[in-house]
Amino acid sequence: MEGERRTWVDVAVIGGGPAGLAAAIAARRRGAGRVVVVERDVRLGGILPQCIHTGFGLKWFGEELSGPEYAKRFIEEAASVGVEPMLETMVLEVSPELKVVAVSPSEGLIVLECGAIVLAMGCRERARGALAIPGTRPAGIFTAGTAQRLVNIEGVVPGRRAVVLGSGDVGLIMARRLTLEGVKVEAVIEIMSYPGGLARNIQQCLRDFGIPLYLGHTVSRIHGLDRLEGVSVAPVDDAQMPISEKEWFIPCDALLLSVGLIPENELSADCGVVLDPATGGPMVTEDMETSISGVFACGNVVHVHDLVDHVTEDGMVAGKAAAARASERMAGRQTSRLLGEVRAGTNVRYVVPQRFVQGARADRLTFSLRPRYPEENVVLKVSAGGRVLRRQKKEKVRPGEMLQIGVDGRLLGAEEDTITVSIERD
Amino acid sequence: MHILRADVAIVGAGVVGAAVARELSRYDLKTVLLEREAEAAFGTSKANSGVLHAGFHSTPGSLKASLCVRGNAMFDEIAEELCVPLRRNGILMVARSQEETLVLREHFEQGRQNGVPGLLMLDRDEARALEPGLAPGIVAALYAPTGGVVCPYQLTFALVENAVANGVRFLTESPVTSIHMRNGRVVAVETPGALIEAGYVINAAGLYADDVARMAGDESFEIRPRKGEEYLLDRRVGDIVRSTIFPVPTPVSKGILVIPTADGNIMVGPTAEDTRDRTDLGTTRSGFAAVFAAAQGMVPSVAPRDVIASFAGLRAASSEDDFIIRPSSAARGLIHAAGIESPGLTAAPAIAEMVVEILKGEGLEMQRRQDFNPVRPAPARFAHKSRAEQARLIAADPSFGRVVCRCETVTEAEVVDAIRRGARTVDGVKLRTRAGMGRCQGGFCMPRVMRILARELGISVELVTKRGRNSRIAPYPAKALLLEAASEVVAASEVVARG
Repeated sequence: MEGERRTWVDVAVIGGGPAGLAAAIAARRRGAGRVVVVERDVRLGGILPQCIHTGFGLKWFGEELSGPEYAKRFIEEAASVGVEPMLETMVLEVSPELKVVAVSPSEGLIVLECGAIVLAMGCRERARGALAIPGTRPAGIFTAGTAQRLVNIEGVVPGRRAVVLGSGDVGLIMARRLTLEGVKVEAVIEIMSYPGGLARNIQQCLRDFGIPLYLGHTVSRIHGLDRLEGVSVAPVDDAQMPISEKEWFIPCDALLLSVGLIPENELSADCGVVLDPATGGPMVTEDMETSISGVFACGNVVHVHDLVDHVTEDGMVAGKAAAARASERMAGRQTSRLLGEVRAGTNVRYVVPQRFVQGARADRLTFSLRPRYPEENVVLKVSAGGRVLRRQKKEKVRPGEMLQIGVDGRLLGAEEDTITVSIERD
Repeated sequence: MHILRADVAIVGAGVVGAAVARELSRYDLKTVLLEREAEAAFGTSKANSGVLHAGFHSTPGSLKASLCVRGNAMFDEIAEELCVPLRRNGILMVARSQEETLVLREHFEQGRQNGVPGLLMLDRDEARALEPGLAPGIVAALYAPTGGVVCPYQLTFALVENAVANGVRFLTESPVTSIHMRNGRVVAVETPGALIEAGYVINAAGLYADDVARMAGDESFEIRPRKGEEYLLDRRVGDIVRSTIFPVPTPVSKGILVIPTADGNIMVGPTAEDTRDRTDLGTTRSGFAAVFAAAQGMVPSVAPRDVIASFAGLRAASSEDDFIIRPSSAARGLIHAAGIESPGLTAAPAIAEMVVEILKGEGLEMQRRQDFNPVRPAPARFAHKSRAEQARLIAADPSFGRVVCRCETVTEAEVVDAIRRGARTVDGVKLRTRAGMGRCQGGFCMPRVMRILARELGISVELVTKRGRNSRIAPYPAKALLLEAASEVVAASEVVARG
């Protein structure tokens, strides 16, 4: 192709957020020669630079860091191990032949031919359109993350009085952030009967600031022509429809939406990677390989995580495996592997990985999962071939909090082709 | 106050006013185009379905019938000259019963009388062969191959841009507040910022056309807004139909349609609800339910879960059955192009021609210009180029390599170009470039577009608006509210100190 730059890289990581940085670092450490991180923004770190609150790194570093601090550690480490960042570079296409097409203002059109690819594009927020809230379309309606960028990066404040719809973590964090910025946060409205975000955020972001949380409620109408003037709020019935007789009006000039995150998989889908309808992300094996050999995925592009620390762990696994796959491919070796299936059992909405490599093994298999509904006094159970491999008691499970359970691989028979993870009454 | 002298003042830069402006720019005239909103097309036109009607819906002998058929035939040339995407995807009006089939036959006959080319009656199998996505209950269909889709706001923007390139003066945020008369003739129109002296005034004020008429003492008609809700689906649903699918019409509207838009999304709607309120742009739960029930009756795979955006528009229906295109009987020099409901978008170019003829009849001297340039250069669409062309674009202008909107792959160069062509607001950039129209609905690109708008317009970010007037997006600079609260504390403590 005319005017393009064509380059060989051992591992191309798409996305320079926490997942991508971890993957790139791990790939270099595992010996991959050229490792690039392709990042569309002008800097690395993904969403972390706008997350100026603390709460990051408790698991990974054993200390509490802000988003920018957490990002900085990995950016510095990536630099020290020789990861090459490609900034302001947008990937347009990933092909199953392991080619990446991207553009940037300084380099123009770039084609990377890769030994392995790691998808680390993260997730995006569900927008108002997907909710079809009745009413007008004034200025003043934002997803919580967009509002966060406006306040923390662009230095502008979206209103004087705000309502937050949805109790996802970003919405809770922003309820507190706006309060600290002098905005009156009138309410957080959640359609479910339980909060969407982490328990610690309910306490630290709402209760500590006296912000009311209305569970089992929704915004039933949006008012205002040019600028938002207020929202109607109502409790919902069993079918989650607002009960109009109980509707009331909250004047406000900003509405923040924190109603769910969606793994960003347009590139993956166009490339032909098989996606799991339950997660919205690629189906992966325990080493984070997708349905296409040589294409790996990690972090929120696979499924939405609560904690960045887990994203980093994912990225490390994916990067290491991608480097191994790249060297295998370069040596002209291609191992064929038999894949077993991991099934989501009782009260499990999804489990990752969805596939595992069959055969005798000595490593540890870790499963990440979310329940369908909240439950108390349960056991997390991993079973295969009619045997329970691991049981773990839990006092409480909620869809808003991701669960993890690990199993010793030696317990798994070489012939097993199905593992089931379930949450059952104790 | 600013005083401008013109031959013709056009009130309203919707598709009709814009088409009239471009038509007048072919002549050696001073024309001023006035728009109350921040940008052209921001009233009824931006919420139009974008359907290019064939002309079988309207009663023979009506202006709606003749101008629709004429306008439809003019569109290939207009789309080419203005570089606006147009697709002749055809219209399929479907019947679900023998009674409805009779209605199809009436429309077939009506269409023939109106001069609609190529109409065909299809039986069940022929209809399904053309559109495999149709519901099994469809028993017959009327097919109109000249039916099409065009992007209504792209068309309006392009008409205005071409008119301006040919010398028309375009003033935004300029609502007409009064019309000055002398001896029964209009002599000027006034806006908050300017007095435009003009002997001829074209009333293309859409929802406000009766207000404008009344300013000149003309009470001959009334605008009766009719609301329509539309729902836009994610592009991933693909081409579930190729033609625009119509039901048999109701007495008040052409019914709820399934429209493959010019931009490649499926759109379903509109509803038709009479309203008194000219700002009633809210969507409703009942409208949503009605649209999907009706659409799924024709095309079962249309699903609410695929909605990425919803909006409502107001049709400028009037107290009369037909378009109101005539000189005012109360004020000489005032010419109405009012009551333009469906098929107004299709008819717009023919309406413009008719207005020019009326102006001539009313005594306006008109000389064709030799230097009229009908071509409006196409905006570069990075996403539509081949990889080699993309590489060339970036080499020539590196800001083509900076992707601002990830869902629709819109680059900074395109946003800047849109602003140079007249975009002043986030919605204006969105409608021109598609930045913010994809599945994330601007979550990613909005702060970036705001920043580019602020830079290009030389204003601070908190002054950037969604669509003009009072629609600032993030109105307060950081710390402004805290400083305000602090100054209240200071004021209160001063009061206490004074005792």
